[in-house]
Parts: sequence; C-alpha cells; structure tokens
Amino acid sequence: MVDLPRRSLLAGIAAMGVTACSKINESETPNSLFKAAQDGHRAVHRALAGKQGLAPEYTRAERSPTFRGNGSVTVEDPFYQDQLAKGFPDWQLEVRGLVERPLRLTLADLRALPQRTQITRHDCVEGWSAIGEWQGPQLSELLDAARVRDSANFLVFRCADVLYERDYYESIDMVDAYHPQTIIAHSLNGEPLPEKNGAPLRMRIERQLGYKHAKYVKAIEAVASFDQIGQGKGGFWEDVAGYQWYAGI
Amino acid sequence: MTRHALSTRLWHWVNAVAIIVLFMSGLNISNAHRYLYWGDYGFDPKDAWLSVIRFPSWATIPQYYSLALAREWHITAAWPFGVGLLFIWVAMLVNGHFRRDLTTTPRDWTPSAVIASLKSHSGSGAGKGYNLVQRILYGMVFGVLLPLMVFTGLAISPGIQAAAPWLLEVLGGRQSARSLHFIASWAIFGFFVIHIVLALIDWRLIAGMFTGGKRADAAPAPSPATLPAEEGTPAHG
Repeated sequence: MVDLPRRSLLAGIAAMGVTACSKINESETPNSLFKAAQDGHRAVHRALAGKQGLAPEYTRAERSPTFRGNGSVTVEDPFYQDQLAKGFPDWQLEVRGLVERPLRLTLADLRALPQRTQITRHDCVEGWSAIGEWQGPQLSELLDAARVRDSANFLVFRCADVLYERDYYESIDMVDAYHPQTIIAHSLNGEPLPEKNGAPLRMRIERQLGYKHAKYVKAIEAVASFDQIGQGKGGFWEDVAGYQWYAGI
Repeated sequence: MTRHALSTRLWHWVNAVAIIVLFMSGLNISNAHRYLYWGDYGFDPKDAWLSVIRFPSWATIPQYYSLALAREWHITAAWPFGVGLLFIWVAMLVNGHFRRDLTTTPRDWTPSAVIASLKSHSGSGAGKGYNLVQRILYGMVFGVLLPLMVFTGLAISPGIQAAAPWLLEVLGGRQSARSLHFIASWAIFGFFVIHIVLALIDWRLIAGMFTGGKRADAAPAPSPATLPAEEGTPAHG
C-alpha cells in the first residue's frame, strides 16, 4: 500500500535531482512539480480546515505595539493624496465584472453595513508577523448584494498603488471570498487605516500571507479566469517575482 | 539477513535529498528576514533574540537570493520529507527496527551509562547493532528533531493555523515556532555532519546503505564490553 505514494515521491525526488544540476527555472519539469506541490498543500489545508475554518483571533492585549507597513507604503497619485488629506470623502469602491448588479460604495456606505471586528495575525512571506485589530464589512455581504454570477471563479482586487511601474492587484478564489474573516477593512486598532497599511481600504484574507491582503483597494472584480490580467499569474508579486498564488503555505 | 531493511535504505536516500534541498532553500528563506523572535508576533529587529547572518549564495538553493523560488523548492521537498517521515516511522514500528535499535530505558540516560558506552565504542563496534549513544542520538533525531521540523513547518503556514490552532499554542506562537524551526534545522545539520564524518571513516557503512549490508548479530561472540546499564535491563517494549 505504501508503494504508491513512495513511487511518486521517488519520481519527484528524481526530477528534483535532475533539475538541480541544470539551469532550471524556465524549464517545465520543476514548474509542474512545484505547482503540484503547492496544489497538494492547498488541498490538504482546505480538507483539514474546511471552507469556513477560522484563523486564530487574539485579545487586545496580545496586539503588537505597532503594525509594520511593507511593500507599497505610499501612493503618489495626486487624487489619492488629496483624498488622504481630506479623509477620503470621494473614494469609491467598485464591485464589478461577473455580477448582476455592479456597485459603487463610499466609505460611509461600507461603514453602514454590518461590521466584523477581528484581532488577527498578519504573516509576511518574509517571515515576520504583526497583530492588529481590523474592522470592516464581510466581503460576502458585498458579493451577495452585487449578486455574483455562477460563472465567477475568482475575485480580483484592483489597487491604487503602483510598484515597479505596475498597478498592484491580487486575486483569491470563491472559497476565501466567502470566508467569514475575509473583510474589507477600513480601520486598524480603532482608527482609520494609516497610509502605510493601505488607507482607505484593504483586504484581510486571514488564512494567507500578507501579499494577498491587497491595500488601497479601488475595485473588486469577479472574473472567470485571471489568465488575461497582468501576466496571468493572479497577482502583482506572483507576476513580478514568482510568488505562489496560494499563499497559505 | 541484511543489516538495513529495504524500507530504511529507500527512505534514507530520499530523505537525504529532501533534507539537503530543505536546508539550503531554508537558508535562502532565512535571508528574507534575518531576525528571530519569541511569541506570536515579531517584526522589529530590535525585539529579536537572534540576528542571523546572511547566508552566502553558494550555500543556498537557488544559488542567488530568490525568496519565491526558494519557497517553491522548500514546500515541494517538504512533501517527501513529511510523508517519508511518517512512512519510516510506520516501517520501523512494524519491522522492529525501532524496538531493536532505538528504544532506551530511563537508566540509559545517566552520564555514567553514556560515558561507558562512548568508551566501549572504539570504532570496532560497527556492524554490531546500535550502542547506547547511537540509540540516544538516532532516537532524538527520529523522535524529536525530524517531527519538530514537520510540526513547526506546518505551524508557520497560515493555512494550517485554521485547521490546527492548537499547534501554534503548543509551540508558543508563530514566531516561536519559526525560531524552533530554525534551531531544529541546525541541530539536524549538526547530526548530519557527525553522521557523514563517521560514515566516511568506514566506507562500507555507506555501501551498506545501498546494498543492505550484512547483519552481525549472528556472529558467535558478543562483545564483552557491553554497557553496565544493560545488565538486568528488562526487555523493553
């Protein structure tokens, strides 16, 4: 019985050994192996945690004294800077794409929706962690209001920040989209989001690493596939640096 | 009868490759944030209990700084490592390798027993079963270090924390789990160095890990220099 996984493991190891010797990164074998490994982790995580399994939440006393900003910590766009100075009175969040009823919501609209407050840990792919209290409506509220079509498989977050001359974006699947802790946060530790942490709106995707938590969100787009967006890998860091699309590992 | 079961030999070499890939890609990942903390959070170098050196590129996979690619190698090699560890534990329990070679009794863990074992093992003991020091070292590696790598590795994955929040609690928080992951990896590296040096002293040991080798327990006279602690030790396990 144990032979079956062993054999595929051996094949995997053999492939790793072969590829380690050559200039590997563009060739197909390790990439498909990497993809299989990543998909395997995701399948196991989802099977063990279930679709709705919650990330741990902490008490106020357990928060980190500050919350580090990383990646984009400022947005140079003049409209953004003007809005930031005024408290984002004219900022609008669009919900669009494969929805029956596209939405445009102001911050006041988002604050008027039922709110979720959660004290969670933010894990950066680099290795560090910070803990903060986030507040905002659940993404599922917006998706229900916009009536997402059955043909939608992913949500793409469009952001105001520009890094390396590219617009930041990220994407998640519908399991994480409807997860109870997936919220559109407008406040951190009881205050409006600071600029470095994504003012006025950032996503919280609590079962994945920090680069999935898109900041400075302008629009949420329901799509069937993200192949045609950016370089087709599903996010800014995925395109630019080859980070895993599933960042739960 | 061979000295090393087929399951042991297969696992040994698969695991050797997996551990080398994991260690070297892990050094690359460490370079992304070279500070270790205790507790749940940690991001400010001034709160770190350890500032880790920047590992040189010749020691890392890939051979240049790439967090993304190092993570690909790391989470891929984690599969043969983790599943392999489960496999070898089941195999060792079933074929008696664990009971025969890795079990110890509380009395074995006294300094005098360890010293006696070190004295009696003057190199000639190779092929005559595991002595006490080997039992303790291999037992620590199989029973503590390798499982600790798997569990701390799982614990620092945000996707796993939703499935097993108790894991982070047991380990004292995510940054503690990350620190333990780092410490255990270097402990395994230490074992790896000793293991290779000792194996290189007698190349037949290495050959035996391919061919299976010959078991010496059928030899007529057991070594007279057995450990004092073994006298009257009841059959254990």
